[in-house]
Amino acid sequence: MISLTSTDYDAIRLSVEVAVAATLLSLPFGFAAAYLVTFVKFRGKVLAEVFVNLPLTLPPVVVGYLLLLLLGKHGWLGSLLTEAGIRIIFTLKAAVLASAVVGFPLLVRSLRTGMEAIDPQLINASRSLGARWYDTLVTVILPLSVPGLVAGSSLMFARSLGEFGATIIVAGNIPGVTQTIPLAIYEYTSSPGSETMALSLCLIAVAISVVVLFLHEWMARKMARRD
Amino acid sequence: MQLRMAARKKFPDFSFSADLTLTGDRIGIFGASGSGKSTLVSMLAGLLEPDSGEIFLDGDCLYSREQGINLRPEKRRIAIVFQQHCLFPHLNVKNNLLYGFRRCPVKHRIIDFGTLVSVLKLEGLLDRGVNNLSGGEKQRVALGRAVLANPRLLLMDEPLSALDDTLRFQVIPYLKSVCEQFGIPYLFISHSLVEMRLMVDEVLVVSGGAVVEQTSTEKLARSRMGQSPVGYLNLLRLSHPARVDELFSYRFGAGELLISAGSDQEEALFELSSKDIILFKKHPEACSARNLICCSVVTTFESGSRVGVELASGEGRLVAEVVHQAARELGIVVGSELYAAIKASAFRRVG
Repeated sequence: MISLTSTDYDAIRLSVEVAVAATLLSLPFGFAAAYLVTFVKFRGKVLAEVFVNLPLTLPPVVVGYLLLLLLGKHGWLGSLLTEAGIRIIFTLKAAVLASAVVGFPLLVRSLRTGMEAIDPQLINASRSLGARWYDTLVTVILPLSVPGLVAGSSLMFARSLGEFGATIIVAGNIPGVTQTIPLAIYEYTSSPGSETMALSLCLIAVAISVVVLFLHEWMARKMARRD
Repeated sequence: MQLRMAARKKFPDFSFSADLTLTGDRIGIFGASGSGKSTLVSMLAGLLEPDSGEIFLDGDCLYSREQGINLRPEKRRIAIVFQQHCLFPHLNVKNNLLYGFRRCPVKHRIIDFGTLVSVLKLEGLLDRGVNNLSGGEKQRVALGRAVLANPRLLLMDEPLSALDDTLRFQVIPYLKSVCEQFGIPYLFISHSLVEMRLMVDEVLVVSGGAVVEQTSTEKLARSRMGQSPVGYLNLLRLSHPARVDELFSYRFGAGELLISAGSDQEEALFELSSKDIILFKKHPEACSARNLICCSVVTTFESGSRVGVELASGEGRLVAEVVHQAARELGIVVGSELYAAIKASAFRRVG
């Protein structure tokens, strides 16, 4: 039997909010990064690819710690933000940022796979028909990248739902403010007699993931039918 | 159209160089796969930057290493009809057709959409997705899309090689007539000599990454007769068919030709190999071939170990081939009279 408290409902809401915000925030940057590594020749491309994929191989706790160093009160960016009156650390913004950074490589990889599947002759056709590079980007590359975009967004959303290590370092575990489902489960498992509550949230997490994956499959099939 | 190109490009395993001046509206680029045809097309269209040299089109500099000029592809107004049509799969036929038109400066939008659609017989397809078209329809849309952009030069890069024979010969008349009707000069790139002969009169031969010859398609076809397993292919556009038992009779020169592969269509295009014509000095007493035509020799030419003999029967022309000894025995000289025997089954209908 699932039993949820108001804090659990907050955790569910915050998880979804963080996952949606992280995915939406990452989309333009992910698209730009995938475009650059797929279509543009530039010096240091390998370095850029390593940098983009780094969060995939680093322990999330390390990512969180690096974000803390960057965005903390005395951090390089954090000090500037503090002067501007913006606080990131231990807020929902930090949770979104942590999820975005950790899930970013998954989004870029899916988008890149989609972009690499585009026939280069379509791009040549577009250019020879008078389209400038940004016109080609919007009218050819973007629409043909939609399958990669959908796949990447779903993966990123699912990854964000499960994000724990980086989030707990930069956003803390504040119920109703930054506590997402994984953080709430962690708290329950640390407290004796809260197994039922932990299991309830686990089931909710499974249900959300299943819904996301179903949506992903449905959209993929719909697009395959359209093609 | 006047094109001046002197360009070089080096790849790790291949290098290309061209130094040519072309004048004319219908020019072919002929060569085997890997000879450098596509490199030439890419450099002209601005999709590949040469290592050195210059390219001028109608006096305008498209590329000059010396002057530091390299016009972007969208600025060159050189459209391409690709081998694999390259239609945008997310757009319907109408939006594919209008892609280049919408990006064309208003002053250059002189080709009427409705007229072009009608010429290409695409009226009923405009709302269809491009994935639901046949190969021939796709290539017609690709042609229409390129023509609507009103390019200064149209590059047709092996536009027929992905099509089967039937579709190939169905599309050729569209390629030619649309460009002629709308006054668009084109370079036709192909490794098929038959396509070349149907599309252009003048041809550049590309081999091993260089332009090795500039000649007429007819001269090229004749010069290759001796090396080709099919010899010289006579391309005969015949009309006014009439049924004769199981065969079809077509008007040809002063007489007629009996063809088993004929049809009731008013006009048809046939291929006839020079190897399938047997020459006689005198009228044979009896012959199994259904066509026995009295002809006069217009000209002769040598190609490898063979002698080509151009024959005339009224306005009709045929090229036959014989070995040197046969030429001597037949006493072939310009103006001499011969009888050409051709089986009715030797003709192949291609369009």
